[in-house]
Amino acid sequence: MIFWKLFYTFCKIGIFNFGGGYAMIALIQNEVVEKQAWMTAQEFTDIVAVSQMTPGPIGINVATYAGYTAVVNAGYDPWLGVVGAFLASFSVVLLPFILMLLLAHYLMKNKENKDLQNVFSALRITVLGLIAAAALFLATPDNFGSWSQSPLQFCLSIAIFITVFFLSLKKKISPILLILLSGVVGLVVYGI
Amino acid sequence: MAGYFELFWSFFKIGSFTLGGGFAMIPLMEKELVQQKQWLSKEEFLDLLSVSQAMPGVFAVNMATSIGYRLRGKTGAVMSVLGNILMPILTILVLAMFFRYFRDNAFVESIFKGIRPCVVALIAAPVFTMARNAGLSWRNCWIPLLAAALIWLLGISPVLIIIIAGIGGFVYGRLKDRKEATT
Repeated sequence: MIFWKLFYTFCKIGIFNFGGGYAMIALIQNEVVEKQAWMTAQEFTDIVAVSQMTPGPIGINVATYAGYTAVVNAGYDPWLGVVGAFLASFSVVLLPFILMLLLAHYLMKNKENKDLQNVFSALRITVLGLIAAAALFLATPDNFGSWSQSPLQFCLSIAIFITVFFLSLKKKISPILLILLSGVVGLVVYGI
Repeated sequence: MAGYFELFWSFFKIGSFTLGGGFAMIPLMEKELVQQKQWLSKEEFLDLLSVSQAMPGVFAVNMATSIGYRLRGKTGAVMSVLGNILMPILTILVLAMFFRYFRDNAFVESIFKGIRPCVVALIAAPVFTMARNAGLSWRNCWIPLLAAALIWLLGISPVLIIIIAGIGGFVYGRLKDRKEATT
């Protein structure tokens, strides 16, 4: 039953996400593309692109869109996809919400607790590896094209990747602007 | 005192008008809740911010939860969270439904052919931009490298890696304490 699986999967993603929006993208990618195979790497990448450009927390946006896509891809009516979208966002929020109500008070008082600080500093470093793995998983012919099929697309994809990568490292350029510009490049090169 | 609907409305505005993810909401929240409504002091705001960052989940939603709870209890928390995520969910839903029809359009496909490598780069870059804040050094850089390899090459679940890392951090801290106590 896909709805039960959605609920369970996104509950898990929510409660195990330490480290912000990109860490959550990594967890969602691993669950919905690698483990459950609800969608392709390409569909997931498109979802992240749209989620970056619309308002709201990126984790919520990706969860909503992924919930919708998973249900519709499974062959259900698009209206049930809407249920999937709400269910995924609800599930991703549910456990952290409960935990927050139970623990916020305790955490405020014990901010200096050494054990907690050790756990969090280990998690902060590990999460970098999670995000790197997600980027590796998404660097597929699905997203970059392949040298044998279209050398032009492959080379241009590598060029876009390197340019965007260094621009977002060195200069603080908004991701939205970078996505829009890449879209324009795509339209000009492939569309005309 | 903040009314339930007022809370909902404040977070609705914050959720609807921030592009660029949860952290982009911080200045808006501060302006709306601390400066304009004066529901929280600057110190309280910063305390709730650090707790929200430490807790699992979605940062912006954690902020809404903790602030709503602090101001009006459980119902306040629910109202704040609903306000915060309602507009983003509806926006995404509308786009998701429309995008299904345009996906096969040749122009849309060529735009996305350009966008996809950009998105992968946007996911790869935070690994390096976040490294400094995470306290990455030559001594501990094997941790994310090993984590990435286990996930990517061996297909190990990131959730399992998170659990092991958490326990590892706890044990390492305790061992270090003991060593310092004996020397």
